[in-house]
Amino acid sequence: MLEIKSLSISYGTRPVLHNISFELAVGTILAVIGPNGAGKTTLVRAITGFVLVQSGQILVQGRDINRLSAPERARQIAVVPQARQLPPAFTAWETVLLGRTPHLNWLGQTSPRDEEIVRQVMQRTATIDLAERPVGELSGGEQQRLLLARALAQAAPILLMDEPTSHLDLQFQFSLLEEVRSLARHDRLAVLVVLHDLNLVARYADRVALLVEGRLRALGSTGEVLTNELLSEAYHIPLEVLHAGKGGLPYIIPAFR
Amino acid sequence: MRIHWATRSKNEMKPAFRPYLISAALLLGALVLSVAVGSVFISPAALLTILASQATAAPLPDWVPASFATIIFSLRLPRTILMALTGAALAGSGTAYQGLFRNPLADPFLIGVASGAGLGAVIAMSVHYPYTTLGLLTIPVAAFTGGAATILIVYELARVRRTLPTTNLILAGVAVSSFATAGSSFLMINGTGELRRALVWMLGGSTLSGWLPVVALLPYAAVGLGALLLMGHSLNVLQFGDEQAHQLGLPVERVRLVIVIAATLATASAVAFSGIIGFVGLVVPHILRLVWGGDYRRLLPLSILGGASFLLTADVLARVILSPQDLPVGIITALVGAPFFLWVLRRAKQQNFW
Repeated sequence: MLEIKSLSISYGTRPVLHNISFELAVGTILAVIGPNGAGKTTLVRAITGFVLVQSGQILVQGRDINRLSAPERARQIAVVPQARQLPPAFTAWETVLLGRTPHLNWLGQTSPRDEEIVRQVMQRTATIDLAERPVGELSGGEQQRLLLARALAQAAPILLMDEPTSHLDLQFQFSLLEEVRSLARHDRLAVLVVLHDLNLVARYADRVALLVEGRLRALGSTGEVLTNELLSEAYHIPLEVLHAGKGGLPYIIPAFR
Repeated sequence: MRIHWATRSKNEMKPAFRPYLISAALLLGALVLSVAVGSVFISPAALLTILASQATAAPLPDWVPASFATIIFSLRLPRTILMALTGAALAGSGTAYQGLFRNPLADPFLIGVASGAGLGAVIAMSVHYPYTTLGLLTIPVAAFTGGAATILIVYELARVRRTLPTTNLILAGVAVSSFATAGSSFLMINGTGELRRALVWMLGGSTLSGWLPVVALLPYAAVGLGALLLMGHSLNVLQFGDEQAHQLGLPVERVRLVIVIAATLATASAVAFSGIIGFVGLVVPHILRLVWGGDYRRLLPLSILGGASFLLTADVLARVILSPQDLPVGIITALVGAPFFLWVLRRAKQQNFW
């Protein structure tokens, strides 16, 4: 369980996040949405301790994030970063194996158990066939799945994802998020995912946090946050939310020509 | 709707001893060659006989001249071991700098650490040239101080927030290196006759002979390289950049500090007794990475072995090209390394492969 309490962060004099509070519950997917520059990536960085918390608190299983050692933190929180600039010389297998880092001793010796875990997560993310290929040869989509596999190899109860679908084609966007939903439902992970595609948010998120200019403009279910008024105001363009398809899922379309 | 991804079983990853065997064989060959070649040729058979007679205290057979034993133990063997340790230290630290800066062109010479260590050593020598064992033992400490100061300056000059662009690194390295070299030259020309010997040393020629420099270098090189050998996994994680390394649970700042200190110590130990020898730390890890892949847990030990072989071979060339005169070995490594550097630069530019 992850709790954010009155979090504020500035870069120099420029405030980036202001008084953010929310909780991320076990077994749920929280989507963080908002226009570019709203502070989404900074939020992810703060939760991983890469950006220092200036005021407020971030608690993981009740413990302050700043008081955890680096391996302790990485055993609690795994991150799927945006796929770019992965070191091309490592093989896919070696890359995923590095996800075991917080569980290893300081020499980084891996055991058969670590390899078994890597094999499982690579099977689960359909990257096992790529195992011996150098990462530099893989497509953006394959690299993104590899990063999910590496995060899963960390075996952390909290999973953060920063725009994980941005390099994926339509089929893999859905399969990735289906997998993430299964991770939340069956493996009881707490998932925070930064997403730009509001239709994917509507389909997969349990709760939605709308960030605008560093403030938490709205927090609630998809039905509560994905509304004409809130979205049009946040993105500065008229948007319309339709309810269509099976189960009346919300669909967001631009309301202008 | 459930979409399933097709899966197949994957091949096992096998531990590979082959690279180590090949590297060890090459090193053994280079060691024997280095002992054999010189003003008199000493065959491997004679070498083995002498070593065996030394170990068993048995008298030498008639076909081995007694002078060979003196040549081996007081000249060839100490020089060979000094060169092997120097090459190992330079290649090991070069590998570490490349991994640390995530830059294929980081070499102790190119980024200025070697020249900075050289300046530190020359300052120490100008205060008191090492006639005494204690004086000799303090030179690596001065070299380390100079090298550490240099890397701090170069890093701060070259850094753009958290990244270290290749051009910046090399430009800052060249500038600081030129300054340090000029400072060293000034001190040497200004100095006493003893310091003039240091000019040969600056070009990468060993001026001290015998076992003393080997004994003085060994502890520093051993500590530096020993620490680096433990950092292979951390260097692997660092290849993903600071942010991902942090996310993977690596204490990034602490790890970087350990690597910088260990690599600079290894470089300083090499520079203190063998002078400024460029490009070993660039050529060796680069070739090994192309052959055996980028895993630093493997690359570090292989580079240490390979660096020893490489510098021994260069030193043999330095002894035979203008025989009976010895060339400073730094001339040979630069003749090989500078074109190699240009090739790597072109490659890095073309495919941005790092």
